[in-house]
Amino acid sequence: MFESVLITIATAATPLLIAAIGELVVERSGVLNLGVEGMMIMGAVTGFAVAMLTGSAWLGVFAAILVGAAFALLFGFLALTLVTNQVATGLALTLFGLGLSGMLGESFVGLPGVRLGAVDIPVLSDLPVVGRLLFGQDPLFYVSILLTAGVAYFLFSTRAGLMLRAVGDNHTSAHAQGINVIGIRYLALLFGGACAGLAGAYLSIVYTPQWVENMTAGRGWIALALVVFASWRPWRVVVGAYLFGGVTIGQLHAQALGVGIPSQLLSSLPYLATVVVLVLISRNRRLTMMNTPASLGRAFVPDR
Amino acid sequence: MKDLLKALAAATMLGLAAAGTAQAQDPTKACFIYVGPIGDFGWTYQHHQGLLQLEKEMGDAVETAYLESVPEGADAERAIERFARSGCDIIFTTSFGYMDATNKVAGRFADVKFEHATGYKREHPNVSTYNSKFHEGRYIQGVIAAKMSKAGVAGYIASFPIPEVVMGINAFVLGAQSVNPDFKVKVVWANTWFDPGKEADAAKALIDQGVDIITQHTDSTAPMQVAAERGIKAFGQASDMIKFGPQTQLTAIVDEWAPYYVERVKAVRDGTWQQQDVWAGLKEGHVVMAPYTNMPDDVKALAEETEEKIRSGAFNPFTGPINKQDGTAWLAEGEVADDKTLLGMNFYVEGVDDQLPK
Repeated sequence: MFESVLITIATAATPLLIAAIGELVVERSGVLNLGVEGMMIMGAVTGFAVAMLTGSAWLGVFAAILVGAAFALLFGFLALTLVTNQVATGLALTLFGLGLSGMLGESFVGLPGVRLGAVDIPVLSDLPVVGRLLFGQDPLFYVSILLTAGVAYFLFSTRAGLMLRAVGDNHTSAHAQGINVIGIRYLALLFGGACAGLAGAYLSIVYTPQWVENMTAGRGWIALALVVFASWRPWRVVVGAYLFGGVTIGQLHAQALGVGIPSQLLSSLPYLATVVVLVLISRNRRLTMMNTPASLGRAFVPDR
Repeated sequence: MKDLLKALAAATMLGLAAAGTAQAQDPTKACFIYVGPIGDFGWTYQHHQGLLQLEKEMGDAVETAYLESVPEGADAERAIERFARSGCDIIFTTSFGYMDATNKVAGRFADVKFEHATGYKREHPNVSTYNSKFHEGRYIQGVIAAKMSKAGVAGYIASFPIPEVVMGINAFVLGAQSVNPDFKVKVVWANTWFDPGKEADAAKALIDQGVDIITQHTDSTAPMQVAAERGIKAFGQASDMIKFGPQTQLTAIVDEWAPYYVERVKAVRDGTWQQQDVWAGLKEGHVVMAPYTNMPDDVKALAEETEEKIRSGAFNPFTGPINKQDGTAWLAEGEVADDKTLLGMNFYVEGVDDQLPK
């Protein structure tokens, strides 16, 4: 039982982790894209539809990544090229995604989808307790961990990562140094969109293989909160996502066990935990400032 | 000149007459306010199926319009009023939270008929209320669950602690205990009507704790899929979910609104519409059980027998002796619960293994 509880937690945490790690890169480059929920739901509907029509779950996953990136490109064109307000544009992207996905997905409601099955590494997955957790999960679980490791390495150990952080911290200086601010931000946005699309596909292909309107149910917003929660540090996103998933699953188990705590309180626990941690980390102002990309959300127009 | 005038007058009269006949043949406009998206494959989806059936059966005689995802509250009033102004002859408001808004607008538009689902307020003569006895189906599910479960424990994924849901849990438990007095039900409150991921997680948590039957009062098909994946049995909710668990679904409670919608729109057309309060179930065909599948013949026979007993009116799921959860007496031997208590139900019956959220 312990093992299957851990696997359930991993399933709940993975989509949050994937979406949040993408948004982390975007925000590190100084752009605030509040459209995560919209890109996610577009990924979910596209992933489901393509998997359904072609019969291949992997094609669905790739289609979702492309659509997520395309949506991010739209955001980039508006917020970077036309320099619209980032907050308003992000919100518009979310509303647009929710509406459009509902329309596109209408004919796919009520159909069982294609599931991306778990991998099964022989012998290793039979190990007690951790066997299935480490060696018998769905492929995207491993992708989420690799993504985190990749982003952590890229941001803090490569020259390109340093440039991206420089753009996010002070776009004027970066520009003066000859770094292509807008270009880097476009690339970061594309990566973030691709991740959000992938996270959406995770919902409609792995988590619950079906399409229904609004099936992301606010997970894009949780991902956004996780980025702040992690104070823009990749591995802390993993901690946040698994903490959130753990409390969510834990409260369901507490209820099933018949623990005499009101279920409304238990349901709010994951959010309470997020608030508490946010308060704790923002106590130290200097530390928070150090990690926050200084140009976050600020518009950049070259040569002005 | 005079002749010309006469001719003109005649032409006008003819035209008027023609317009008059056209008026008589105008389609009746039926409008619907939905609380969720029509693609939820649950509550709103089934109401929309009712609308589609209405169009199919009445053809040109009816014109329909609907608004989806209308929030309960101030927005609802605006939406209903907009429909009332735009020439709707009858407006169906399909969620409990539209109750006050419906009555308020009804007071201002005496010529328009209003039908409010699941509510109890009829403040004006042009407001009717309607609801379905879903608990009749839940009693049958309880009977099946007790027969099919080897563990003797079922998992119940619930949404919000409102009377409708509490009544469902009680009916399920009573049905199960009619077969196995020791049968247990574990309840998990998802505190949402609709979040496939969370519903799936709730199902997994219940299964990990040893239940081998899952039933739900939330709207998505996710619990059914989880049950299928883990190889246990489950019941569908609101619509027939057999496609999501061909080897899993035992039966499903299907909300069938179409007969009611057709009947009421026809009544408006004939001018026979009158205010009423309808609470219909298996007997009237408003609650339909999906085919009994994935069970041995004797269980199927028992389920059909129970369904028939309820349908014919020979048996009411809430017939005494029934005690409340704390052991105090509620209904004496042979006593049947009255509708008012049921519709305001805020307590568990004996045998529910959960504390009711307050």
